[in-house]
Amino acid sequence: MMEALDILTTASLWAAVLRIATPLIFGVLGALICERAGVLNLGIEGIMTIGAMVGWLTVYWGGDLWAGLAMAVLAGMAMGWLHAMLTVPLGLSQHVSGLGITLLASALAYYLYRLWVQVGDLPPTIVPFQPLAIPVLSDIPFAGDVLFTQTPPTYVALILVGLVACMLARTPMGLALRMTGENPHAVEAQGLNPVRIRIWAVMAGSGIMALGGAFLTTAAFNSFFPGMVQGRGWICIALVVFASWRPGKALLGALLFALFDAFQLRLQTVVEGVPYQLFLMAPYVLSIVALILVARRARVPEALMQPYRRGER
Amino acid sequence: MRFERREEVSVPALILAPLGAVLAALVLCAGLIAMAGVSPWLAYGEMLRGAFGSRLAVTETFTRASPLILTGLAAAVAFRARLWNIGGEGQFYMGALAAAALGHSVLVGWPLPLAWAALAAAGMAAGAVLLLVPAVLRLRFGVDEVVTTLLLNFIVLLFVGLMVEGVLKDPMAFGWPQSVPVAAGLRLPDLVPRSRLHEGIVLAVVVVLLVWLVQARTVFGAETRAAGLNPRAAAFAGVPITATLVKVALLSGGLAGLAGAIEVLGPVGYVTTTMSPGFGYAGIVVAMLAALHPMGVVAASVFVATVFVGADAMSRATGVPSFIADVIMAVALLAMLVALLFTTWRVRR
Amino acid sequence: MSSGAVLELEGITKRFGALVANDDVSLSLRKGEVLALLGENGAGKTTLMNILFGHYAADAGEVRVEGRPLPPGKPRAAIAAGVGMVHQHFTLAGNLTVLENIIIGSEPLWKVGTDREGALRKVMALSQTFGLPVNPQARVGDLSVGERQRVEILKALYRDARILILDEPTAVLARPEAEQLFTILRGMAQGGLSIIFISHKLHEVMGASDRVVVLRGGKVVAERATAQTTQAELAELMVGRAVARPRRAAHEVGAPVVVARGLSVSRGGGMALDGVDFEVRAGEILGIVGVSGNGQAMLGRVLSGLARPDAGTITFDGRDISRITPREAVRLGIGRVPEDRHAEGVVGDLAVWENAVLERLREFARFGFVRRRAAEAHAAGLIARFDIRGAGPATRTRLLSGGNMQKLILGRNLAAGPRFLLANQPTRGLDEGAIAAVHQELLMARSEGAAILLISEDLEEAVGLSDRLQAISKGRLSAPIAAEEVDARRLGLMMAGVWETRDAV
Repeated sequence: MMEALDILTTASLWAAVLRIATPLIFGVLGALICERAGVLNLGIEGIMTIGAMVGWLTVYWGGDLWAGLAMAVLAGMAMGWLHAMLTVPLGLSQHVSGLGITLLASALAYYLYRLWVQVGDLPPTIVPFQPLAIPVLSDIPFAGDVLFTQTPPTYVALILVGLVACMLARTPMGLALRMTGENPHAVEAQGLNPVRIRIWAVMAGSGIMALGGAFLTTAAFNSFFPGMVQGRGWICIALVVFASWRPGKALLGALLFALFDAFQLRLQTVVEGVPYQLFLMAPYVLSIVALILVARRARVPEALMQPYRRGER
Repeated sequence: MRFERREEVSVPALILAPLGAVLAALVLCAGLIAMAGVSPWLAYGEMLRGAFGSRLAVTETFTRASPLILTGLAAAVAFRARLWNIGGEGQFYMGALAAAALGHSVLVGWPLPLAWAALAAAGMAAGAVLLLVPAVLRLRFGVDEVVTTLLLNFIVLLFVGLMVEGVLKDPMAFGWPQSVPVAAGLRLPDLVPRSRLHEGIVLAVVVVLLVWLVQARTVFGAETRAAGLNPRAAAFAGVPITATLVKVALLSGGLAGLAGAIEVLGPVGYVTTTMSPGFGYAGIVVAMLAALHPMGVVAASVFVATVFVGADAMSRATGVPSFIADVIMAVALLAMLVALLFTTWRVRR
Repeated sequence: MSSGAVLELEGITKRFGALVANDDVSLSLRKGEVLALLGENGAGKTTLMNILFGHYAADAGEVRVEGRPLPPGKPRAAIAAGVGMVHQHFTLAGNLTVLENIIIGSEPLWKVGTDREGALRKVMALSQTFGLPVNPQARVGDLSVGERQRVEILKALYRDARILILDEPTAVLARPEAEQLFTILRGMAQGGLSIIFISHKLHEVMGASDRVVVLRGGKVVAERATAQTTQAELAELMVGRAVARPRRAAHEVGAPVVVARGLSVSRGGGMALDGVDFEVRAGEILGIVGVSGNGQAMLGRVLSGLARPDAGTITFDGRDISRITPREAVRLGIGRVPEDRHAEGVVGDLAVWENAVLERLREFARFGFVRRRAAEAHAAGLIARFDIRGAGPATRTRLLSGGNMQKLILGRNLAAGPRFLLANQPTRGLDEGAIAAVHQELLMARSEGAAILLISEDLEEAVGLSDRLQAISKGRLSAPIAAEEVDARRLGLMMAGVWETRDAV
């Protein structure tokens, strides 16, 4: 028991928390932007997968790591565009379209990977992002080790949380986006085009989701393999609800979640006799529990999943 | 551009929609095949040959179709009532586990039809209970069942791992993580000798007919339809929405669980963590291509099985990655969504 | 048209499928004028204004503001030209603040920050000038209907509207609030704004407008200076033909059938129903009148078996029915006509016969199988008896017109000869012909001895049909008054919640 608690005081645990949280932060921010505009994006799991593949492949083919991230964003936006076209102007079921996008994006990622990459016994590797110690700040005891010796995409994720929060709360764009998720008719009545706003929001959100996938292959690991996203996308969808559609709370949710995950990984080595599957189940169970806890209180964007057709109520 | 509802949905349009969607998928994927330096004509030809070119191929295709019929039906039944059961994969595994656990020893020695009935019931119960959890969470707490059923798939797969490496581990399997086998006497007989095709497919088709009858003709079917189309009006008219959705959940989960049980009793014989090549997820595609109609499910299952079995053979012959099958399915699903839109709406400028 | 026109519509035509909503409509608005657009439901008033504001593009015709044509189908262009619209169904986001609802769309999207202080100052100034008090930081979802309407008007003013269009602005307001609104509008017109308001209420049009344009069947049928016309003339112009609504004949009422005592339902911190008492007797119609959103919906839900009261009782022939389910209600012989036909009355995508028997499927079933032939025969019977036009038993229900759909719902309830009938807004959105038919059926049921509770926002209907009336305001019910004792002023006050504590009948 004491050993288990000791784990909580190690800097390596907290550094791992940030690392594990990074793809979730990207994913949950992306999903949040889509949903704030009124579109549920269940394509997230596939978009993260294709982001992981494209990001990795760009580097494998000789591109820069940052170029890898950029290409992942573009791939995610392309998938987001498709989802947006189907669900916004055509008003198709956001559930089914999203699942279709997940199937399509993952299948495309695996197909193209197999087509373009020679896979031997082990998947080929790239040189991933290395931890970047921020001068001065990384010398702070404990906090420096935790916060300021991460890989660059983690910093990007943290900065993005602030940017998205500011954009939503303080800019005309953010207001228009939120209003579109609450009442698209109100947006149209004020002379803006809710259809266009939704399309762009879904594309932007999907681009950010793809970064979460790309982080896995360009920073957390150094190769791509099928099934590597492992339901992180679905967990992000649960986290958005848990966070009541707020970026700050989304960050908190992702961190809490990652803390639990990092803790259980270390606990596995300490506690004996408990099958490892039980530990692995924990994040998924936790997601469901989180959903139940907030379900009653959640203030859902009022027009979420409501297709908008001009001149119809 | 505006949409206007068509007054009536014509039957030919409903049949043409999936055909159009499949055609669109094949055309779009031809481009991907060409990227592999292979002629799409050749590839699709190889696919057809791989699926129907020999007695073995045909039996393999139908063996693959049989669980798809049931998982597709499971999705169709649920979607019709607007219950988004995406957990077919998990329910499939629960059914499989139940059948293996009971079929290994508990039911050995029972008279055959009774033992089969008990095994099928156990598989259905296992799948049904698994879907009951998300259904109740949605009805009681308003938790979106899409996310919970998806997450449960991951939980169940880990649970299966736990079982086949733990209490249900087969000691005779040289350390492979697989469950104890179903007693040989309880396995379903082959439909075609010297093949993997077994009588499970007959059972699946019978179930399809039963579900069709229930949906089209019974009070339960009518109430389910009303609840799915307009829950508020249905509730106002006295349809017990909660009870109806719970029944639908039990039926849907039960069908997916039955698929798992039959797969164990039929071609496989035991449970592993890789026994399903995504039957649950493919069931969603099957249901959509079938426009949620039970009879359509049979046709759609055969199509999806053809693509998967054919793609494996085609991949071996031409080197095109077999993941093309997943791409074809995904594109067909999205194209079907669009096609369905045009059966109920028309474009007006 | 006159040279002083700030707004001209010329030859506007708009079709929806086979329906011609606007047929070659022309009208003009002068500066500083209050113009009333009068017409029945379905006369094409809202469509016309939606074209003017750019929600729809017309099939033919042109809109000119101060002589310059507006590009069709662009609300943005209408706003830029100084046109503001207050929609009947408010276009507000309940989860956002008043200020946010007002300023959206007023700044370029790509701007980095928002000038909240400036916006706040402008809103406060407008609110001061025009007498529209609001709290800019309040969440719109927490506001009353009247306050929301002020936000809608401020939204238009914030965008510097010089022409203001209000679609049925008093539909959700009690009489005193409505009068207050018209005073404000009058002040705006004197300040140089030009105003069009849509209405089907004659007294409003007479009291508040300078000029009236009457629309019927999508066409302009008349234009009058308000001072030179009468309510009677306008009524005739609006309806076109003289459709006499059936009149209630006096007759003996029986014993109380449904009695409610101290009925209370709390919701979201407030009280949806607060100590409601009423009794409905056999052979009588009890009318519940009130402005929308004062608890009518909850009263309907409780009596339909969809919601349960927190306190109080309802008895039906002495039996407690406060906790029944819809199915039990049907079995006991309680007929229910829901508030919203499309959302609750029918399942639009099912056939007429299925909707006809949906409430009593089990009576049309054997061993769990639906006896389709018997059900279709029953539906055919309803179609014949209640004159449901344009439908056979197999027709998809959503293809029926509103009036025929309502006849189907009434029919499936009345065919069983109910002891008690709840009729919640039974004629909302129907044309005169259908209204007369529905009234006829209600009166027929009354004369056959049914106890009827009529919940209505249409005063004329409630007064014309009811034997006794009670007003509902903020979830509380006034004491009943006999229909003969009703006058418009007293009823208006009652609906605003001003009533004497006890009135004997």
